[in-house]
Amino acid sequence: MPRLKPIIWASAILTLGATAAVSAAGDIERGRQQAAQTCVACHGLDGAGQAAAKFPRLDSLDVGYLTKQLQDLKSGARKNVIMQPFAANLTDQQIADVAAYYAAQTATVASPAATDPALMSLGEKLATRGDWDRHLPACKSCHGPDNQGFGKDFPALAGQHASYIEAQLLAWRNGTRGNDPLNLMLAIAERMTDTDIKAAAAYLAAQPAK
Amino acid sequence: MTHRILTAAAFSLVLGGQALAEPKVPVKLPEFKPGQYVHQAPTLEQLEADQSVHPELRKVIKRGYDLFMNTQQLRGENVFNDMNCRSCHLGEGRREWSGPVWPAATTLPDYRGKNWQVNSLEERIAGCFSYSMNGKPPAYGSDTMLALVAYHQWLARKAPVYESNIAGRGFGKVAEPPKKPNYQRGEKVFQENCAICHGADGQGQRGSDGIVQFPPLWGDGAYNWGAGLARVDTIVAFIKHNMPLGQPGKLSDQDAWDVGYFVNAQERPQDPRFEKSAKYTREKYLNFHGRTLYGTTVNGRVLGEHSNTGEKPFLKPDALRARKFD
Repeated sequence: MPRLKPIIWASAILTLGATAAVSAAGDIERGRQQAAQTCVACHGLDGAGQAAAKFPRLDSLDVGYLTKQLQDLKSGARKNVIMQPFAANLTDQQIADVAAYYAAQTATVASPAATDPALMSLGEKLATRGDWDRHLPACKSCHGPDNQGFGKDFPALAGQHASYIEAQLLAWRNGTRGNDPLNLMLAIAERMTDTDIKAAAAYLAAQPAK
Repeated sequence: MTHRILTAAAFSLVLGGQALAEPKVPVKLPEFKPGQYVHQAPTLEQLEADQSVHPELRKVIKRGYDLFMNTQQLRGENVFNDMNCRSCHLGEGRREWSGPVWPAATTLPDYRGKNWQVNSLEERIAGCFSYSMNGKPPAYGSDTMLALVAYHQWLARKAPVYESNIAGRGFGKVAEPPKKPNYQRGEKVFQENCAICHGADGQGQRGSDGIVQFPPLWGDGAYNWGAGLARVDTIVAFIKHNMPLGQPGKLSDQDAWDVGYFVNAQERPQDPRFEKSAKYTREKYLNFHGRTLYGTTVNGRVLGEHSNTGEKPFLKPDALRARKFD
């Protein structure tokens, strides 16, 4: 039977009415100037961060994600003694500008090569398939194909510093980070062992960032 | 205050170790009943390590796994919506209460009330393609069908044939809620718990590469009116025991019923068994549609009263046919 008349699902969709909060648009050039004052010492002007100090890469992360993290660090919804004073000193507009700037940068650091094969193998399993016998969905089921990030809620993990990923998963597990929507990350992090966390972090860090 | 801190310190000392004793997001699933068969479905790692499996068979099983996880590779040929097998059968088809697929390999051929006849494993898979994937099943005996069958059968490894008292089969059941399921309350539960992934409009989300990241729950990209998940009690059980992802048992029974009702009160492609009208089709397949909202009036509209077959340029795939042994 040929398709006779396409039905428009509008009536169903209209009743739902998507209302996303829209914040001030960021300006990349103003963001660069701000970053050169506020962020450069730890994250670099290219956003490469510092693996040894667990300072994350910011380049090419989603603008909405960066904005929310800075807002949460400012409000205390995400606690971090180093970041808090920097974020607190930024206005909403400055946050939007800095986020727009770093989101527009492209990855500049080479991903570290694979090390311990057993750890990498476990990491690959957790990142791409999960371990459902322990109720661990794959990282990529939310963080997007190849863990390159998906929208403002699920940041890119591929190419992020292993030290930072590890620190964040531990922070979720011990309750010092809790600004994820619906406890989606908490649920997973608290089911991960120390080895799981090390493995996932090592594997993800070794994947090419986009 | 001091007392509380001391107690907490003593508590953590006793527990020691890294893992939290009391998870903040516990997994809450029904208990298995005494006497039920509990299956340990094998993993891909076990497949790789199992030297008794012929290399050719291993290839076919892995092909089936690949099709199961990425069914979109059959888009336009066998699949005409945004679903993958794994969209509903979480955990690679192995997980209890997530519609584990291996029982189809040990319990069929058997009589199924859905189409009033004895079905084989291939026909059962054809049902998924016809309804849940709003598509056209791979031909019986085809390479694609063989690969899918091989994956199912391998997952069933060492399970007793014709054992039907299976732990965690299907999606489970959720007790009738205190209050009758309600569309408005369901919409609220949806926006608060589901919209982050499935979108405020329920249409799921695609990446910039066009690949479906989170599947749509209604509309052309979703399961059609003949899919098992279109039954309200079935989607309620799916939601209660699987959603949000990684948080089985999070929603109360009432919330699960409300949101399941809300989702299944939206429009979706026509039931391939459609004849004359939605009301007529509902009556003819009342054993099935008695559990859906198809052909009923919700918010002033008769659900399913349309000729939209979604992306699919036909209504009923030829594979759905009646058998007679008279």
